[in-house]
Amino acid sequence: MELQAVLMAAGGGSRMMDLTYNTPKPLLPVGNRPLIWYPLNLLERVGFEGKHSVISENKPSKVSLKVKMISTTDILVVSCDLITDVALHEVVDLFRAHNATLSMLMSKVHEFTETVPGQKGKKKAGEQRDFVGVDVTGKRLLFMANEADLEEGLVLRKSIMRKHPRMLIKTGLLDAHLYCLKRSVVDFLVHNKSVTSIRGELVPYLVRKQFSKSLNSKNATEDTEKNQKQQDAHHNLELLSTSKEEALLQLARERSCWNDHRGDMSEAYHGGKLRCYVHIMEEGMCYRVNTLAAYIEANRVVPKLFEDPPIHPTAVVSERSLVGSDSIIGPICQISEKTSIKRSNVGTSSTIKEKVKITNSIIMNGVTIEEGCNIQGSVICNNAVIGRGADMKYCLVGSGQRIEPEAERTNEVIVGSDQLMEI
Amino acid sequence: MHHSIIVRVKEEDVKLQEVVQAKCEGKELTKEEKQRLRKEKKQHKKNKKDDRGPPEKEKEKEKASVLAPSKPATQSPAHKAAPVPVNASASESPVAAEKPAKSKAEQRAERRARQDTERASKQGKKEGGQQSASSKPKATPNELQPVVKRLPEHIQVDDPAALKKLAKKLERQQVPLRSDYGYKVSLFSHLHQYSRKNPPTQQISIPATVIHPSIVRLGLQYSQGIIAGSNARSVALLHAFKQVIQDYSTPPNEELSRDLVNKLSPYISFLSQCRPLSASMGNAIKYIKKEISNIPSQCKEEEAKRRLQECIDSYINEKIILASEAISKYAIEKISDGDVILVYGCSSLVNHILCEAFEKQRKFRVIVVDSRPRLEGREALRRLVKKGIRCTYVLISALSYILPEVSKVFLGAHALLANGYVMSRVGTSQIALVAKAYNVPVLVCCETYKFCERVQTDSFESNELDDPDDLIVTRNGKTHLENWQTVKSLGLLNLVYDVTPPDFVDLVITDLGMIPCTSVPVVLRVKNVDQ
Repeated sequence: MELQAVLMAAGGGSRMMDLTYNTPKPLLPVGNRPLIWYPLNLLERVGFEGKHSVISENKPSKVSLKVKMISTTDILVVSCDLITDVALHEVVDLFRAHNATLSMLMSKVHEFTETVPGQKGKKKAGEQRDFVGVDVTGKRLLFMANEADLEEGLVLRKSIMRKHPRMLIKTGLLDAHLYCLKRSVVDFLVHNKSVTSIRGELVPYLVRKQFSKSLNSKNATEDTEKNQKQQDAHHNLELLSTSKEEALLQLARERSCWNDHRGDMSEAYHGGKLRCYVHIMEEGMCYRVNTLAAYIEANRVVPKLFEDPPIHPTAVVSERSLVGSDSIIGPICQISEKTSIKRSNVGTSSTIKEKVKITNSIIMNGVTIEEGCNIQGSVICNNAVIGRGADMKYCLVGSGQRIEPEAERTNEVIVGSDQLMEI
Repeated sequence: MHHSIIVRVKEEDVKLQEVVQAKCEGKELTKEEKQRLRKEKKQHKKNKKDDRGPPEKEKEKEKASVLAPSKPATQSPAHKAAPVPVNASASESPVAAEKPAKSKAEQRAERRARQDTERASKQGKKEGGQQSASSKPKATPNELQPVVKRLPEHIQVDDPAALKKLAKKLERQQVPLRSDYGYKVSLFSHLHQYSRKNPPTQQISIPATVIHPSIVRLGLQYSQGIIAGSNARSVALLHAFKQVIQDYSTPPNEELSRDLVNKLSPYISFLSQCRPLSASMGNAIKYIKKEISNIPSQCKEEEAKRRLQECIDSYINEKIILASEAISKYAIEKISDGDVILVYGCSSLVNHILCEAFEKQRKFRVIVVDSRPRLEGREALRRLVKKGIRCTYVLISALSYILPEVSKVFLGAHALLANGYVMSRVGTSQIALVAKAYNVPVLVCCETYKFCERVQTDSFESNELDDPDDLIVTRNGKTHLENWQTVKSLGLLNLVYDVTPPDFVDLVITDLGMIPCTSVPVVLRVKNVDQ
């Protein structure tokens, strides 16, 4: 088997707790499908047949990894909140062709244009930026750091500059959290429990390790690493992979007249065994639904891509209602007369009574909206009830909440009191 | 001989001759006639099978033996050379100029065959001669008989029937079809032209199940040029096959010797979609298939796999590693102190020779000639300079300026063809031509496993077209050829190989020794007899 897929369904959605305190993040509806449907669909379209999902306890950190199996093949790690139409073979081809240790996907960040409920003031740009350094071809990953980890400034090692004198540093990139990892890395993770996050720790570690001296000179006294034991374990695993097979590969590479760089006297890949590659998507759609803004944006864009009928056949829509062409209505809904639904998503089993105006909003499953409401730019979570005559502008109504009739709320987040206690 | 034969070319005369013979020789000839008819029937059946089946290489070898200067030798009846005249006459070769030559060859073959018939009629070696004699008159009137020698698919791209056949075959094997890209120059429209931006893995499932992952990886490396060079490609191919054999398990009710060969066919189709197979790869595949089919059926699977792995290892060891040692030994004799050696592009073998010579304390300097768009000479330059050899680097356009300084030219080869032509990177024939004009000796270094039974006299018939976008270059921020596809009258041609005639090559250094170019068919025949 070439690759096994690992779907990370563990994240708690720490950046959108208002949405996820009652619903696990993988089950949040996007375009009337659970969020986890999208990465599963991507994997299935490409040809994966058996999948492994990993669900761990609710850890409010960045995506954690708990691999309970020792894999016998290379793995493809996908996060459950990834919605993309990337041609997956681009990422995997880099992994295959260069025999890479890590191959990942990144995409240009799109600005979110929709107003986010509950947002006070302008969005703070530049928070937690990622600095990604690639070589001239744009494929080889040379440097990766998050702004939060850099205290004084960006520090580049001389060994990197000597090997790759031309490096492009990009900041406007979104990490799609899709990684192809070699089997030896998985073994390394299993033996080193101190590494808890792929994105936060493992990937920068691997990127740095490409240029560390210990790999090339087989000398285990490198002291710039965090953990001597960690590095030893990795080092041992590197040795495991060199075998007689490698001798033939080495012969083939020697006889081949190809080099990935020119200008210096070293052979291809500078003789390094650890290589990290990245595929940066220029066009196409790639969203990570881990913030409220992203969630809203995804709901806006995603339904257009699938050929489903906008109004589900089991929904009951009365004739005197007006459902815009860019809205979608989920199954078993009841839309009463004289309602107007524009640019909105209405989830499963929701009931919309008469004379309701819904614009630019996301109504999740099981919601009841009484007569005469006016909902604009809002997100109404599962099983909420909006009393009659309420006027909600740019609000977020949490799961199971009730809004009293004739309420007028603008730019508020309405959640239960029990949620407020959670840290 | 109790009658003489006046050979006349026309068909009617031939028939007349036969009638005359029949009248003269009476009983003996009727026996001959019977045998002749039997042979004809066999030939018909065989030709019908040929339409669908056997490897084209065999036919080309026979075709070669017709066209080769050493005709009498190859026409001896003992071999399968007999069907040659039939195939030669009936094949629809794309080069029209070959037709008159072939019919002359036919005529000579006819004449010889008839003479052989007479001589052999008493000795009983009737098979070959009669086949040709009987099929000769049959063939000439029916030149359009569907007894067509099969041309390989990869040089028939402009024939829609061949394309359809290929598509069907690939569909059956579940290998994705790679579509051609861009406008092709008309002289080369019979060859495939692919783009690197459409990799062959677009339609392959991830993870690859139909095609073994190491083969997918290999195909990608071929198409992206990461593994380039005849030796490297063969070694990588054999390595991938080793992994395939490792992961192979015989299904129930099947024999390893037959099933494994069938398993390899879709892989080979996939690889040739990624990049057309080289001659060395073709020979390696033939060897593997032979080894697999020679596994005795009572051999256990583990034992068989182990044996195959060993075969592959020994093949690489003998044909590539030891061969290059032997060639360097011979070549070093030819390098004297004070030499100025010219090399072209990056040939792993030539680089090895030069490095060895340098280690043996020969004093020489090297001139590396390079050409666009591959610019492989840079890699050769890097390896030689790293060793410590004094090098000069020029582009091929400066060749005639630099040649007066040169004392020898060492060239590598992609394949050596049966008529003595050297197939190598495009530009090699130019180097050989100009070197000849300056009276500089040209030595070609080539291992024997790259010897190929094909025959080619020009670079058009069978070649490889690389991605035309490689020719586009960006200087000062401007890419002039960016929209070359919109200009209807413009075509970009990126040839990979060319053939050098044997008149320009002074010596071929192989692991069997130093031979002249024209001895290649002898080596091939010796190899075939060995096997």
